[in-house]
Amino acid sequence: MESTQSTSAAALQAGPGGPPPGPAHSRQGTGDRIFKLALTAAAALVPLLAAGMLLMLFTSSFAVLGKTGLFFFIRQEWDPVREEFGALAFAYGTLVTSAIALLVAGPAGVGIALAITEFSPPKAREWAAWMVETLAAVPSVIFGLWGMFVMAPFLHTWVEPVLEKFPGRPFFVGPGTGLCLFTSGLVVAIMILPTVMAVCREVFNAVPISLRESALALGSTRWEAVRLAVLAPSMPGIIGALILGMGRALGETMAVTMVIGNRPEISANLLGASDSLASAIANQFTEATSDMHLSALAALGFLLFGITMVLNIIARLLVWAVARRMQSVGGR
Amino acid sequence: MDVLMRALCWTAMALALIPLLSLLYLVVSKGLHRFDLDFFIHLPRPVGVPGGGMANAIVGTLTLVLIASLVGMPIGVAAGLYLSEYGESRFAGTVRFWADVLSGVPSIVTGIFAYEIIVKPMHGFSALAGGFALGTMMVPIIARITEEVVRLVPTSLREAALALGIPRWKSILYVVLRTAISGVATGLLLAATRVASETAPLLFTSFNNQYWARGPLQPTASMTVQIFTYAISPYDDWRDMAWTGALVLLLIVLLVSLASRMTLTKNRATNL
Repeated sequence: MESTQSTSAAALQAGPGGPPPGPAHSRQGTGDRIFKLALTAAAALVPLLAAGMLLMLFTSSFAVLGKTGLFFFIRQEWDPVREEFGALAFAYGTLVTSAIALLVAGPAGVGIALAITEFSPPKAREWAAWMVETLAAVPSVIFGLWGMFVMAPFLHTWVEPVLEKFPGRPFFVGPGTGLCLFTSGLVVAIMILPTVMAVCREVFNAVPISLRESALALGSTRWEAVRLAVLAPSMPGIIGALILGMGRALGETMAVTMVIGNRPEISANLLGASDSLASAIANQFTEATSDMHLSALAALGFLLFGITMVLNIIARLLVWAVARRMQSVGGR
Repeated sequence: MDVLMRALCWTAMALALIPLLSLLYLVVSKGLHRFDLDFFIHLPRPVGVPGGGMANAIVGTLTLVLIASLVGMPIGVAAGLYLSEYGESRFAGTVRFWADVLSGVPSIVTGIFAYEIIVKPMHGFSALAGGFALGTMMVPIIARITEEVVRLVPTSLREAALALGIPRWKSILYVVLRTAISGVATGLLLAATRVASETAPLLFTSFNNQYWARGPLQPTASMTVQIFTYAISPYDDWRDMAWTGALVLLLIVLLVSLASRMTLTKNRATNL
């Protein structure tokens, strides 16, 4: 690690009339060195924690991966009694739930972010931002409670009969119970909406006003200006927001556990019960009696960690790329 | 086209508000049913016995957050200070990056981590394990918020302190951190409420308990796990308790969110 001096200290050293600037470390007292070492150690714990988690999940899933090999990830069977384990059914449930959530929350989040940043007065912006943050702070178990007792019965009585008629087979085959992939997808959509919205807002705000003004000056309508000068340049950022939302959707545990029906099954029917990676861990971890079962659940966690980590990395890189490009265009 | 697209954006906004309002309304209306003194001072009662409360779960959540704070706050604040005061190096970039990745990790995975590290070696569920899980979740949140608010302290203040001949570490602790303390405290509070509303990492670390936990090495009830347990139970009076628990939890979260928003905005305004 290179030794660093903040700009303020460097400026002090360069000040006129001061002692000649010596090598940086000779000007640090013992207290400074100890203090910096302590802070560095604390900071180093952050990557160490991530590495420790990965390593631990990997070693815990060793037993089941040693038995079934990488087939674990593409097998559907899940039988704790015969100790046959495969992750496919859970991965399917997780992916379908997240896909529904993203299909709903993606366009909605972008639209709302536009409504807030482009089409509303500054005072309202503050309030809308606060509402969004509040929605993000609602505990996931409360979303689960609401999803279970309000959303699921509502969808079951009013929405599902309609969907069974159109578009019907093979995606909507009833009658279900209301606890299904479709419901969990919608509940998760509501939960990831704040994430998508907040990141989009940040990205749109980074677009220089001058771009919008030039579009308007060229005679475009307000929507055309938004499309050309806001949406187009922030495309990578929007994709980043969607991926961050996806990451949250994949890892969502409690709300999904309470509305998905908890039956590991692969079927195109969105009105059927299913199960997800996170729910399987939540439901079975305390009940698992054999080491192999625990190891299989840890392997599900490993899979979940891996997917979300990769998604997060991609999303951060995209958001950074936009920010950097905006700076070169001439940020505000 | 112009009108249509703008209408669509506003429709999306309205549609998003419906679930939010429905959720708030139902949590309040259903939660008020059992919102009384009993809820705060009594232990849970068995099915069919009227009354009972969540006193042990309320205390349990406080215990868990306390342990989590002891683990997460010192590390988080120190890491945040490092990032803002010595944050130019490539190593600091790595730390920032992994802090972002860590805050995206599903909370249930943190639970498995705490299970392997504490529950397994100690042969039992405990508040310690649950608190540890929550504490590891707090570190990246606190580090990033601390970095953000400490950065707002004007450089001139640091320079003034150094010009007086104060060692760098004293200037960071007594001048820089002191100036940003309300922002940092807000961050700590936000992180504490965030983890207090977590359920997934507690399911197999602190587990649950229908009685008072005798010390931090016992299985401990928490409001979130108790809400979950009651919600999936088949009994109406338990479900009522779940709604009341949700109401209390939501009130706490909303109050902290409102208060912290006010201090953070004030901070930005005064320091910039």
